[in-house]
Amino acid sequence: MSANQEMRPVLDAADVGRALTRISHEIVERTRGGDVVLLGIPTRGVPIANRIGERIADVVGHQIPVGSLDITMYRDDLRLRPARALERTELPPGGIDGAVVVLVDDVLFSGRTIRAALDALGDIGRPRSVQLAVLVDRGHRELPIRADYVGKNLPTSLRENVRVQLVEIDGVDGVLLGGPDEEGTPE
Amino acid sequence: MKRHLLSAADLDLPDALLILDTAAELAAVADRPVKKLPTLRGRTVVNLFFEDSTRTRISFEAAAKRLSADVINFAAKGSSVSKGESLKDTALTLEAMGADAVVIRHSASGAPHRLATSGWIRGSVVNAGDGTHEHPTQALLDAFTMRRHLAGGVGDLAGLDVVIVGDVLHSRVARSNVLLLRTLGAKVTLIAPPTLLPVGVELWPCSVSYDLDSSLPTADVVMMLRVQRERMSAAYFPSAREYSRRYGLDVNRMKLLQPHTIVMHPGPMNRGMEIAAEVADSPRSVIVEQVTNGVSVRMAVLYLLLGGSELSDGSNGVPVSEGRPL
Amino acid sequence: MSFVLRNVRPLGGAEVDIRISAGRISAIELSGTIATDGAIEVLGAGMVLLPGLVDLHTHLREPGREDAETVETGTRAAALGGFTAVHAMANTDPVADTAGVVEQVWRLGRASGWCDVRPVGAVTLGLAGSQLAELGAMADSPAAVRVFSDDGKCVWDAVIMRRALEYVKAFDGVIAQHAQEPRLTEGAQMNEGAMSALLGLTGWPAVAEEAIIARDVLLTEHVRSRLHVCHVSTAGSVEIIRWAKSRGIDVTAEVTPHHLLLTDDLVATYDPRYKVNPPLRTAADVEALRDGLADGTIDAVATDHAPHPIEDKDCEWADASPGMLGLEDALAVVNTTMVESGRLDWAGVAARMSVAPAGIGRLSEHGRPIAVGEPANLVIFDPSASYVVDPNAGASRSRNNPYAGRELTGRVRATFLHGDPTVLDGELVARSNV
Repeated sequence: MSANQEMRPVLDAADVGRALTRISHEIVERTRGGDVVLLGIPTRGVPIANRIGERIADVVGHQIPVGSLDITMYRDDLRLRPARALERTELPPGGIDGAVVVLVDDVLFSGRTIRAALDALGDIGRPRSVQLAVLVDRGHRELPIRADYVGKNLPTSLRENVRVQLVEIDGVDGVLLGGPDEEGTPE
Repeated sequence: MKRHLLSAADLDLPDALLILDTAAELAAVADRPVKKLPTLRGRTVVNLFFEDSTRTRISFEAAAKRLSADVINFAAKGSSVSKGESLKDTALTLEAMGADAVVIRHSASGAPHRLATSGWIRGSVVNAGDGTHEHPTQALLDAFTMRRHLAGGVGDLAGLDVVIVGDVLHSRVARSNVLLLRTLGAKVTLIAPPTLLPVGVELWPCSVSYDLDSSLPTADVVMMLRVQRERMSAAYFPSAREYSRRYGLDVNRMKLLQPHTIVMHPGPMNRGMEIAAEVADSPRSVIVEQVTNGVSVRMAVLYLLLGGSELSDGSNGVPVSEGRPL
Repeated sequence: MSFVLRNVRPLGGAEVDIRISAGRISAIELSGTIATDGAIEVLGAGMVLLPGLVDLHTHLREPGREDAETVETGTRAAALGGFTAVHAMANTDPVADTAGVVEQVWRLGRASGWCDVRPVGAVTLGLAGSQLAELGAMADSPAAVRVFSDDGKCVWDAVIMRRALEYVKAFDGVIAQHAQEPRLTEGAQMNEGAMSALLGLTGWPAVAEEAIIARDVLLTEHVRSRLHVCHVSTAGSVEIIRWAKSRGIDVTAEVTPHHLLLTDDLVATYDPRYKVNPPLRTAADVEALRDGLADGTIDAVATDHAPHPIEDKDCEWADASPGMLGLEDALAVVNTTMVESGRLDWAGVAARMSVAPAGIGRLSEHGRPIAVGEPANLVIFDPSASYVVDPNAGASRSRNNPYAGRELTGRVRATFLHGDPTVLDGELVARSNV
């Protein structure tokens, strides 16, 4: 991809690993490990949620429920693009009622994805509370939304794009920052 | 995806799989506390039914409502020039009301095609059954049901042996199924008395047989079509009894089926005519599930036709300007 | 008023000048040799000169459906298409089954003056197929009807058909049969075959036409009468007529321009512009019809010009009226399908579109040779001018033109009726100026 050539790395694989480990510890501290459900927002929020889930399990000594939450049908920009294929929504068998749901995404930008995720959550259950974990917060919020756990605060200009790469999807871990990206920047 | 769904032939393999995959995700909505998605808020779906079909109408209505679309049911009685309003004037009325999609059921083959290509309306047109032509969402829900039972709920239907039995000549379900199942890679055999097969069927992408019994042992799916008793008076077959004896799926014939073979019927059934009550109510029968799946599939179709951008040229292509990242 | 046609090519032959005076051809000389002498010059510029075309099969719709066409508008369209005589079909409202109605149509034609109008009389009362109309009275009326047809409906009853064939022998009439076995075509919407199976439209099998033609040629032979077969549409029909002619049976046949050009795959659009009876057939049928027209098995091209108002086509296929316009584009279609492909020369075109139909209709003033002393019913045709058919440009009151948007080759530049131009430079000539 020519676009990639113009992008420069801001986090390498080790940085990503450290950030996720830190987030995992913070989640354990803040929630004391009880009743936590991690819900990754596709695409890249899902492997991040899985990794955080593994790290938390290492700390607390037992598996915690991890799932995915597709927010496509709740997006407010559906009419700006052709109808897109849906991603998987997979809730843990125990559901989310009464749990502390931690939404997990790769990049926090305008906040609209999280707004959509909160709407989606409301239709599938009633968590005790909802928190948000992101690998990168690049600023430029358009809604009153903030993250509870941030791997890296990354000051950006609106023209720039942030691309998170994960081994599970991209074959390598890292975060790139740079010029216009053909694929757009998923938050 | 094209802008309209008029024929199962409008769907190539990626389109068909996209609809089935989307339907699979949307099926879960039925199990949620809130059986509704906000996706089509502010969009208007008109169910334009020139022909009575309560089951198809309520299926589309449920699908549209689960996607939060506004639904207008328009039951237009009679279609011929002598009775009532013309299709054109009805269409112009719907256009004036701001219909984003028109789901049309009509006794005249090609009526949805006319609606889509005449320039009378701008919205998407979904064929909910036209004359003896096609019923593409029925074929989609049938394929969805087959895939769930026999293909692990994913991918295409390659290698599946599907037998469709009955009044192929007058069946829109058969036409759409033959086209869609071929796209999905299944092997289709049509079985009917020669009088109930159209001249030209030999050019369809399927095999044709007059003998039911020889096709049953290898079938993975047996789909029975409704046969109207009135066909008898036009000499398509001598009597209901003879039809039933030669082409009905009864208990003895059911014994010829493989253990995994499923029995389907688009409904409404003529119990005792093309299908015995014992078969319709047997564990092999997925007829009730077909109805459930109909809602999911129609949700998927409405979402994919209406959920995205609507461009000035009416296509669902790449929009002129990329939207702001979400 | 006299005219000099400069540099025209009669039947596509060498260029000549032709003088028209007192309604007749008064001189044919080498190009540039006829003095203008106060006559009006018409520059032919090497275009083809044909005898005025004769249509055996025109629906003028008057009386009864003046919203679709009138004798006035229909004959204007005919003149633009190069026709100097048309046969007005009997399925009007009221049906042309009495001397009164055929005389009315005949008088309307005389009043319009755009071409000669020869009414066709119905074979049976009300086209109902059960009782013979007063064929003799129509023949003896001023309209002098010679062609009788229930067109739109088939004279299906073999006894009625036999009687009609016998009866018209008394006044040299001909029965023009719309060959369609009614039971085999109940609810029929299009040609029965691969396309009808796919489109879910009730089929109109070729055999429903062929069975009637086979029966009728045998009846004709038996009673030694004269049969004309309307709008032959199938390869099988061509074969049967070829066989009948080889036996010496007095049968003639016509093919429409649309059956020479269009095929049933157009129905996939469900656009009722393509709905016609008999229906558009397959490419193989089209080939057989072209061959049959070329070898004379099919004697004539007849338009079956069938105007319908917009609302009768702006609807579902099944509810639409069958029929297509044909007068204005007929010669271009024949040029495109038959002449450009080398199947017919211009003499052949004159034979199929003027001489033969005039003979079948027993018209003495039409279909004549281009020779001194003959009636000046003539058409000047530019065979190289191509055009895209614009359905809104026509003179017909209706717009159901099946060629809309298609490119056809050849345009009528001038039409002369009994020595006076009805069309000059491709435009109608205001009649008051003549």
